Amino acid sequence: MSENLLEVTGLQKHFPITKGLFKRQVGAVRAVDGIDLNVVAGETLGVVGESGCGKSTAGRLFTRILEPTGGKIVFEGEDITHKSVTQMRPLRRDVQMIFQDPYSSLNPRHTIGTIISAPLQIQKIPTPQGLKKAVQELLELVGLNPEHYNRYPHEFSGGQRQRIGIARALALRPKLIIADEPVSALDVSIQAQVVNLLEDLQSEFDLTYVFIAHDLSVVRHISDRVAVMYLGKVMEIAHRDDLYKNPRHPYTVALMSAVPVPDPVRRDSAQRGRVLLTGDVPSPINPPSGCRFRTRCWKAQDICATEEPPLVQRLDDPDSHLTACHFPVVDDEAVAGRAPAATPA
Amino acid sequence: MLAYLIRRLINAVLTLLVVSLVTFGIFFMVPKITGSDPALLYIGKTSDAASIEGIRVKMGLNDPVLVQYGKFLKGLVAGRDYVSGPEVTHCDAPCLGYSFKTEQEVTPLLMSVLPVTLSLALGAAILWLIIGVSTGVISALRRGSLLDRTVMSAALFGVSMPIYFTGLIASAIFVYQLGWLPQGQYVPFLESPSEWFTQLLLPWITLAFLFAATYARLTRANMLETLGEDYIRTARAKGLPERVVIGKHALRSGLTAIVTVFGLDLGALLGGAVLTEKVFNLRGLGYQALQAIQGNDLPVILGVTMIAAGFIVIANLVVDLVYGLIDPRVRLA
Amino acid sequence: MSSVTPRPFLEVKDLTVRFETDDGIVQAVTESNFSLEAGKTLGIVGESGSGKSVTSLALLGLHRTRSNAKVSGQIWLDDQELVTASDQDVRALRGGKMSMIFQDPLSAMHPYYTVGAQIVEAYRVHNPKVSKKAARERAIDMLARVGIPQPSRRFNDYAHQFSGGMRQRAMIAMALVNDPKLLIADEPTTALDVTVQAQILDLIRDLQQEFHSAVIMITHDLGVVAELADDVLVMYGGKIIERGAAVDLFQRPQHPYTWGLLGSMPRLDREVRDRLTPVKGSPPSLINLPSGCAFHPRCPYAGRNGDRSFTDTPVLTGGAHAVACHLPAEERAKIFKEEVAPNL
Ligand SMILES: Nc1ncnc2c1ncn2[C@@H]1O[C@H](COP(=O)(O)OP(=O)(O)OP(=O)(O)O)[C@@H](O)[C@H]1O
Ligand SMILES: Nc1ncnc2c1ncn2[C@@H]1O[C@H](COP(=O)(O)OP(=O)(O)OP(=O)(O)O)[C@@H](O)[C@H]1O
Ligand code: SF4
Ligand code: SF4
Ligand SMILES: [Mg+2]
Ligand SMILES: [Mg+2]
Repeated sequence: MSENLLEVTGLQKHFPITKGLFKRQVGAVRAVDGIDLNVVAGETLGVVGESGCGKSTAGRLFTRILEPTGGKIVFEGEDITHKSVTQMRPLRRDVQMIFQDPYSSLNPRHTIGTIISAPLQIQKIPTPQGLKKAVQELLELVGLNPEHYNRYPHEFSGGQRQRIGIARALALRPKLIIADEPVSALDVSIQAQVVNLLEDLQSEFDLTYVFIAHDLSVVRHISDRVAVMYLGKVMEIAHRDDLYKNPRHPYTVALMSAVPVPDPVRRDSAQRGRVLLTGDVPSPINPPSGCRFRTRCWKAQDICATEEPPLVQRLDDPDSHLTACHFPVVDDEAVAGRAPAATPA
Repeated sequence: MLAYLIRRLINAVLTLLVVSLVTFGIFFMVPKITGSDPALLYIGKTSDAASIEGIRVKMGLNDPVLVQYGKFLKGLVAGRDYVSGPEVTHCDAPCLGYSFKTEQEVTPLLMSVLPVTLSLALGAAILWLIIGVSTGVISALRRGSLLDRTVMSAALFGVSMPIYFTGLIASAIFVYQLGWLPQGQYVPFLESPSEWFTQLLLPWITLAFLFAATYARLTRANMLETLGEDYIRTARAKGLPERVVIGKHALRSGLTAIVTVFGLDLGALLGGAVLTEKVFNLRGLGYQALQAIQGNDLPVILGVTMIAAGFIVIANLVVDLVYGLIDPRVRLA
Repeated sequence: MSSVTPRPFLEVKDLTVRFETDDGIVQAVTESNFSLEAGKTLGIVGESGSGKSVTSLALLGLHRTRSNAKVSGQIWLDDQELVTASDQDVRALRGGKMSMIFQDPLSAMHPYYTVGAQIVEAYRVHNPKVSKKAARERAIDMLARVGIPQPSRRFNDYAHQFSGGMRQRAMIAMALVNDPKLLIADEPTTALDVTVQAQILDLIRDLQQEFHSAVIMITHDLGVVAELADDVLVMYGGKIIERGAAVDLFQRPQHPYTWGLLGSMPRLDREVRDRLTPVKGSPPSLINLPSGCAFHPRCPYAGRNGDRSFTDTPVLTGGAHAVACHLPAEERAKIFKEEVAPNL
């Protein structure tokens, strides 16, 4: 079964840049600049990429917190691209967001009970067992003590606050949860606890996740499919194992090879095999012509500057594995930096 | 930087325009609400209808509001003529009209008292800046010490004391009891610098006491915040002597917030330190404003308001520019 | 130990740091013992609040300006004791013989001074006789060495005009301008993207070889430690709970907390695990540390060896690969082999 919960085509978000006395628009930050992807019901789609590549903006577009500049968003067969706030309200039940910063995303003046029950009250969801009981059940679900109902956010640690954020997102029993770097601010042991919790909740409630992160290892662990973004575009998207075992896009290869290997014995081979990208990510205001990665790509040729490579199936990949590159990395290519992924230890 | 500057300038002019509009609106509305006739205020109740009408025409009080405002603006920028029959009275730019009470031109009247306010405000400002900032810095550096706690208690006391109280107490002690300072009048600087100084000393100290207290607290808070910044730790990690860490790295950023507040405070004071002028019987802008309010002398009130607004706008402008100079993030944004 | 053995380049003995706060005494670092030879890299790992930064700031004597901090123990750097040394002496070492790179290079650089001016300043405090012009040349040279393009132009830029990676490079240039013998890097790549992190780690490695300095690399990322460190300290609740050569520590980790850290971490170099095996619970309060072994509320093996874990504080013992745990070494080895390793 591969029913698409969310379908996105040519999605764009350009933030205008104004200048001068009269705030004339002189350009735009092309934060998201034409992405196509779909999210299948029940799966976890991981979205990775470096800072500023447009991951958060994309997440905010999916939930329609932001209004797209172009393209189309279809949720459960319904076009929601330009729905107004009121038109979106019934849909808010189905799509929820979890944020990175467990400190600023909870109102410090409200008790946990108030925070978690707010979406229930706004949406006027009946709670036969009573509002307080409903919230306490949610608290228990995310591994918090139900007696902490009347406490304030500052009384909780980072990991606990993230659990509160998850409980709030779960309150409406959504179908889709967009998690924007939900574990990035947490310590590794707490991060693992939250990852496990998200996985448990997913199987219990048939949730679908879009999991945004910059940590490739965490994304690999939790995702079924993974999309790699660079400068507002999807460079490569594939099933997890296809992507991590056969990365096709030079950027994906570089990204993976940069991840430090927690094994001192392998350190030398890892370092030898590393692709060190040079230079900085270009500005999303003036992205390079043709392929956006060409300014840092070691495989770039003339055509890369003139023709933008479409995101399509390449080589002998399965048709779920799409790559936007004219010269995808071949399996046995002696690329420095092939991630040492496949081999079990 | 140039675009930044121009934008600020245009902003300033616009603000002044709005202020003039609002004050003029009040000027125009107040007689309507109180039911008093400006012409009557001007000439006195005993006059006959014909001369009142004469005044009306001369002052342009019969014109529509916008025309009146236009004339007022023109007067400000280019001067204006008051015509009554064959008689033409010219009022030089910047023309703020004529006082209802004394029939003097408002502009020269205010200009004559401006030095008093300027002397008072500038002198006090220098004093409170030196005292407030230095005690604030020392308190921050000796945080929690006896010195810090003493200074901060004194500052709290200073902030909560109204100026007429401290002012009167100070005069009572230094002028009447001890006789260390003369009692009396403002003496222009050019007439006798030393008398100018001794006459103003007490008002300066009183006014500065109030502000120094605020500034000490503000400086202390800012310095403490800056001292906790990562770049201060970096400065120490480089092996810089503590005097450089504080004097160069911390002070420069710790004091930027002070610049803003100082600009605004000074701007506001230059428009008239009403209470201080009243307490020490200094006839400056504040004193004039008080007189004008008591006497319903609308043109003078309007004039003082415009001058005060002008000072605040200019102060704001200067603050913005100084900020741009201090903080490259503002300049290069 | 006989007095004949020369002292290691850096030797820390019983280093203890306490902060007095309104809520009580923070036991930030407790009886830390470690050493480091020139040219080697020591990794310090541990979760947030475990005392990593406090340790590094203590080495530089940066707690001296805090009136609520109390530092005791000994720090020997090149045969000079630093805890009892005068402020003057410690200051002469800071930025000279030992220097530091901080986590967030944007906030660690002064926003009002150009990057170049800050490097020049760092150089001239320790070389007061050098002319401004020579110092400027030195700074530009350093910027070039750390890979900043057009260094003489970028010299005049402010930190906010640099990208994150460039800023960290500039910070490194500043830290290395006086050829330090000890370089402390406190989470130098935590704020950076992985591709930039790889560049910076590469740079630190190259420069270390060039300058033959000792490096302390503080991080919470076990991957970064594995990439760089010769020896590793694992900290928990202000104490070192495991210390050893990087290879030993990663291949035969001995402390239950270290197992938890490894189990929490998804790894790209292994097959995907069904489930992560994290440490349960959350880190301890350093004001009210748990009795006995501070890790006992979170340790799955706390009751295995009587109730010593709840009453006695285990001491770091065991020579080259030292562990602070009451469980006998053989039992730990067995648990690791049978219960832990299969899940990693
Ligand atoms: N409201 C906004 N106005 C203008 N530009 C914006 C706005 N929000 C984001 N941007 C810009 O859009 C680009 C993408 O930002 P976004 O936050 O989506 O990146 P990200 O991939 O989530 O990065 P990070 O990993 O740092 O969170 C960036 O260049 C950012 O500066
Ligand atoms: N000046 C201080 N006053 C009081 N407590 C302090 C002070 N500095 C640090 N601490 C406390 O000491 C403990 C150890 O802090 P430290 O900064 O060393 O942690 P860390 O291991 O570096 O963590 P992170 O990974 O978050 O940087 C923390 O609980 C911290 O709150
Ligand atoms: S299209 Fe060209 S520049 Fe872009 S990634 Fe492929 S090879 Fe590199
Ligand atoms: S001493 Fe006891 S509680 Fe502490 S780590 Fe060892 S087994 Fe666990
Ligand atoms: Mg983001
Ligand atoms: Mg730290």
